[in-house]
Amino acid sequence: MEIQRDLPARLGSFRRTVLRCPCLYMIAKTSVPSETAQLESAPAPVSASAPASAASVLSGWGRLPAPGKELQSERLESVTRGAALCRGLGRSYGDSSLPAQPSDKVVSTVLADRLLAFDAEAGVLRAEAGLSLAEVNRLVTPQGWFPPVTPGTKFVTLGGMVASDVHGKNHHRAGCFGAHVRSLRLRLADDSIIDCSPQQHADLFWASVGGMGLLGHILEVEFQLEPIASPWIWQESERIGNIDEFLSAFAGTASQWPMTMGWIDCVSGGSALGRGILIAGRWATPEEAKPSFPAEPRKLTFPFPLPRWSPNPFTNLAHAFNVAYYYKHIPRQRRGIVSPETFFYPLDAILHWNRVYGSQGFTQFQCVLPRAAGAVAVREFMVEVTRLGGASPVCVIKDCGPEGQGLLSFPLEGTSIAIDMAVTSDTQRIVDRLNDFVIAAGGRIYLTKDRFTRAEHFRAMEPRLPRFLAAREQWDPGRKLRSAQSVRLFGDRA
Amino acid sequence: MKAVLLGGTSGMGRALARQLSARGDAVFLLGNEPAELERSAADLSARHPGGAAVGHAPCDLEQPAGFAAALDAADAALGQFDTVIVTAALFASQADLERNHELARRLVTVNYAHTLVFCEHVRERLLARGGGRLTVFSSVAGDRGRKPVGIYGSSKAGLSVYLEALDHKYHADGLSVLCVKPGFVKTGMTAGLKPPPFAGEPEQVARDVLRAMDRRRPLLYTPGMWALVMLVIRLLPRFVMRKIGF
Repeated sequence: MEIQRDLPARLGSFRRTVLRCPCLYMIAKTSVPSETAQLESAPAPVSASAPASAASVLSGWGRLPAPGKELQSERLESVTRGAALCRGLGRSYGDSSLPAQPSDKVVSTVLADRLLAFDAEAGVLRAEAGLSLAEVNRLVTPQGWFPPVTPGTKFVTLGGMVASDVHGKNHHRAGCFGAHVRSLRLRLADDSIIDCSPQQHADLFWASVGGMGLLGHILEVEFQLEPIASPWIWQESERIGNIDEFLSAFAGTASQWPMTMGWIDCVSGGSALGRGILIAGRWATPEEAKPSFPAEPRKLTFPFPLPRWSPNPFTNLAHAFNVAYYYKHIPRQRRGIVSPETFFYPLDAILHWNRVYGSQGFTQFQCVLPRAAGAVAVREFMVEVTRLGGASPVCVIKDCGPEGQGLLSFPLEGTSIAIDMAVTSDTQRIVDRLNDFVIAAGGRIYLTKDRFTRAEHFRAMEPRLPRFLAAREQWDPGRKLRSAQSVRLFGDRA
Repeated sequence: MKAVLLGGTSGMGRALARQLSARGDAVFLLGNEPAELERSAADLSARHPGGAAVGHAPCDLEQPAGFAAALDAADAALGQFDTVIVTAALFASQADLERNHELARRLVTVNYAHTLVFCEHVRERLLARGGGRLTVFSSVAGDRGRKPVGIYGSSKAGLSVYLEALDHKYHADGLSVLCVKPGFVKTGMTAGLKPPPFAGEPEQVARDVLRAMDRRRPLLYTPGMWALVMLVIRLLPRFVMRKIGF
């Protein structure tokens, strides 16, 4: 490290020395990257050496940075000793995976990516917590299996899927991911290692499912896969004129289709408020499926954070996008075979798509409004979003099934709405207003997406919070495991 | 291919083991941590249900007395291996090595002397069965005496020279020796550093290594850009090397 630090100075004098000779100057320039390289060009050490410390800034998917560093090691079990927080692929939008203090030990799990057991007959998979969903899909799909629940990105780890108790397009049928987890291995705050399941230490298990990694560091996950008839999806989509039609279409579709979701134009108002496209899907039968296996999709990378140059280009951009997306769906209905990639992970096709929101970052506001609050609440929420100017190119709506057993698991029976917002000086105010609305409607927000909710708002919308805090009190009385989010929302010491 | 991997539980070795078994080659793991060996063997087996179980045996580069038994175990499990890949080694910073003479002695002994002895065991066995492949991970650090990796680099320099000589001497007898010199690769060891422009992924390195092995190349810089970078470094005159920090 020392070498790196004083490199610029040394390089400066070196440049001065050689500048007179152009060819030497070229050599100097070419060889700059190599001095870091030498440091770590070694192959894996025989004996476990101390893992290297990482860059001094961490950020979630929303790209709002926080000081801190992560330790990366293949030996998750030993490296989690004394750690405050584990972090997977960093896809939670807000501060769930960010340290409370820059000095907190944050462990990156991504190198702990080994399968430990796979029963191809029964579809049971056990793996280290850092294994990515992308890798799970790649490995089990050819065997006729698929994860029972998948979020909208495959760049998440199994540990993260448990900690966020992720849900997907099939929530109304399959519930959250936690409902399919058979067993977890955790490293607790007292550094002991414990196995838990719905049968064994069930209280710890259900507090960990959706517990944002605050009960114990998730080391291993065992879960049940879903058998699939083919590796293709039969998809039908329909253009919907407004929010009321949308909700009734959802009600009709949910009973027939295992997977549904909607995209909503949340820029247009009036009678077109909440117009959008309803997408339904199911695994295709072998007869419907294409004979070939879905090809690995080509990846594009969004190259740099988009500058926010004009006064309010974002709203205009969002508006243009929404109109274009809506009218791209020219026939009112479409149906056909698509790959699981296209169906589940449309945004994964563009790596680093979060850069579209520029260097100031963005946040997602995702809430669920209970069925009891009715279509009125959803419509009013859309009006409120439009009124507050929370223009979003991506606004996703989904009808959720019954609440799961995870103590802080997000979904409840009702309608989930997710909107993206570029972060501005106004973001806190918008989130506050939307939270007021959500509390009044009896809904709640999704911690995995959140960075701006106030503690008192969260308490007001989360009647299960005391039970969760009691579980933490039992398993981690010193609140050693913590994140920037737990400081903000649960009052952990900073 | 029937491959024995020493160091196949982590980093580039792990990626190599996965790619070998994905293409149907038989794999046997050697390493000094039984729990790690077990987990990595389980990983390889679980990735290919219905394939042969992946075997493993303890082998510690600090204990040359155990080399023969470890290779016997691999032979017994694979029915005479034809390929051996060594990715294991010790690494420590120059500062630590300068402070701690015992650590320096250990590191140089493991990376050079003991790795050489291990390779000699392999050489004997492979030549006795008409040839085979020996792939050993050295390092770009062994290409030039440089300030930040003087001691570590010297152990790898010795190893690289040995591997080159092995190739010269036994190539005609059917022994294909490959000396791999990785540049910056994103593994657990490099996790704390900002990757330079041509940083590699372990999977990419593994692909390069397999291709070089299949083509029976004697030397591989990977990622490929490092061949050029190190060419330049090797050509820098001594007065420049003295002046600069790398």
